[in-house]
Amino acid sequence: MLKVNSIHVFYGNIHAIKDVSFYVNEGEIVTLIGANGAGKSTILKTISGLIRPAVGTIEFLGESIVNLSPHKIVRKRLAHCPEGRRLFLQMSVKENLEMGAYTRDENDIEADMADVYQRFPILEERRNQLAASLSGGEQQMLAMGRAMMAKPSLLMLDEPSMGLAPILVEQIFDLIVELNEAGTTILLVEQNAQMALSIADRGYVLETGSIVTTGSCADLLNDERLKKAYLGG
Amino acid sequence: MTFLSYLISGISLGSIYAIIALGYTMVYGIAKMLNFAHGDVIMVGGYMSFMATTHFGWSPFSSVLFAMGVCTVLGILIEQLAYKPLRSAPSLAVLITAIGVSYFLQNAALLIWTPNPKSFSSVVPFDSLRLFDGQLIISGTTIVTIVACAIIIVTLNTIVNKTKIGKAMRAVSEDKDVAQLMGISVNKTISVTFAIGSALAAVAGVLLCSAYPILMPTTGAMPGIKAFTAAVFGGIGSIPGAFLGGILLGIIEILGKAYISTQLSDAIVFAVLIIILLVKPTGLLGKKVLVKV
Ligand SMILES: Nc1ncnc2c1ncn2[C@@H]1O[C@H](COP(=O)(O)OP(=O)(O)OP(=O)(O)O)[C@@H](O)[C@H]1O
Ligand SMILES: [Mg+2]
Repeated sequence: MLKVNSIHVFYGNIHAIKDVSFYVNEGEIVTLIGANGAGKSTILKTISGLIRPAVGTIEFLGESIVNLSPHKIVRKRLAHCPEGRRLFLQMSVKENLEMGAYTRDENDIEADMADVYQRFPILEERRNQLAASLSGGEQQMLAMGRAMMAKPSLLMLDEPSMGLAPILVEQIFDLIVELNEAGTTILLVEQNAQMALSIADRGYVLETGSIVTTGSCADLLNDERLKKAYLGG
Repeated sequence: MTFLSYLISGISLGSIYAIIALGYTMVYGIAKMLNFAHGDVIMVGGYMSFMATTHFGWSPFSSVLFAMGVCTVLGILIEQLAYKPLRSAPSLAVLITAIGVSYFLQNAALLIWTPNPKSFSSVVPFDSLRLFDGQLIISGTTIVTIVACAIIIVTLNTIVNKTKIGKAMRAVSEDKDVAQLMGISVNKTISVTFAIGSALAAVAGVLLCSAYPILMPTTGAMPGIKAFTAAVFGGIGSIPGAFLGGILLGIIEILGKAYISTQLSDAIVFAVLIIILLVKPTGLLGKKVLVKV
């Protein structure tokens, strides 16, 4: 479904991504793990068109998307939920959800909004409040809700568990699995490698801009080197 | 009674500043740039209306629509040709370009219409309103100006808060990258903003020339700067702020002229601005810049 071929990305003269290739099949949950500054977010931004790779190709559903602008890429049902939530803080909860569904016909979104509200009742209660007034956990729920409103066929999530209480982390991961079961393919970026590998089908391990290991999650969970570096033992 | 009549003139002049300031503030909020050519679009609007009535013999109302149409196109063209190529350039480069566009428009107007002032006849066909046995006279132009400003502010508020393009504008103003991730075209949103701002500038130009009927290539410059001041005064980027700032500035200017000194009125206006900004650097209704964690 998604195929990234030998991309190189530069920030000025910092070579942030070096010859990265990977793929995501339809229906999978694939995770990209790595330490701070490994380049995970950069890869997602490159796929969604916010950054252009210097070299390399990116194909989505058999079509090259590497020269498309971000707003056109979303219309191909490839959504990117960025790191740090990045809500529209001066807009209401409801308006944030509407922005998530920006590419869709306004008449089709009622049911999806009801679905988000049912999953996160607190968002319905606060639907007319500014997103800025929500707590960190509620903001993450809203960020997930906003991503769901896009009804993507491939959803890229950048550290959805960052800074959340354990119980909320669990709730978010349950939601990711459910979305996947309902047919959404997921590309999940996480620092919480243990959690990510526990729900994903396959994983890629990124170190300073290059993929160093890849495999099924079972293999990765048993990899001695990985255990030391990311899995706390 | 004279105070009341000064106050009404102040609100009327302030309405014109407010309409211009709305254009400044919207463009700043969404494209994050100061469009210093905005004042000169006002002047173009004035000339368009003037030509439509005197040369083509059109009705005042159609002349306003004509001016709005031309200025809308002009605004979009300016954005596409001058500012869009600089989307990721340093803001100083954009600012200098904007000043260049301003001079370009003034000099083009000099070439086309010569420096000789044209005397503009008001587009407002209504008679003055006489109140309190003729002690208070409010001109038709004054009334229409205030009403037009009220209609514009209500309409604009509805567009920005209720329509899809309005919400897209707010999204782009808050976070350009994420707005794109939602599927919003930043270029299109900026174009629409310039179109609206320039159409408003045309309305302001016609109202301005109706109230102060001398039209020259530099006609838009001073009101442009004052309206920019009003936008900063109210809190740049804020629509209600531009409205409030514009009205207050108009009142201060007229009362300053009436009670303190005609020569000093501009100095008073800018002194008030400096004081307000010292006390509240974000302007009256400006929001604190949210620090991203
Ligand atoms: N806008 C930028 N300008 C310059 N360098 C950048 C920029 N953004 C990221 N980098 C650098 O690129 C590298 C990869 O950053 P990236 O944000 O992709 O890492 P990450 O894996 O997402 O890290 P984290 O887990 O902290 O989110 C880092 O060395 C970072 O310092
Ligand atoms: Mg990151």
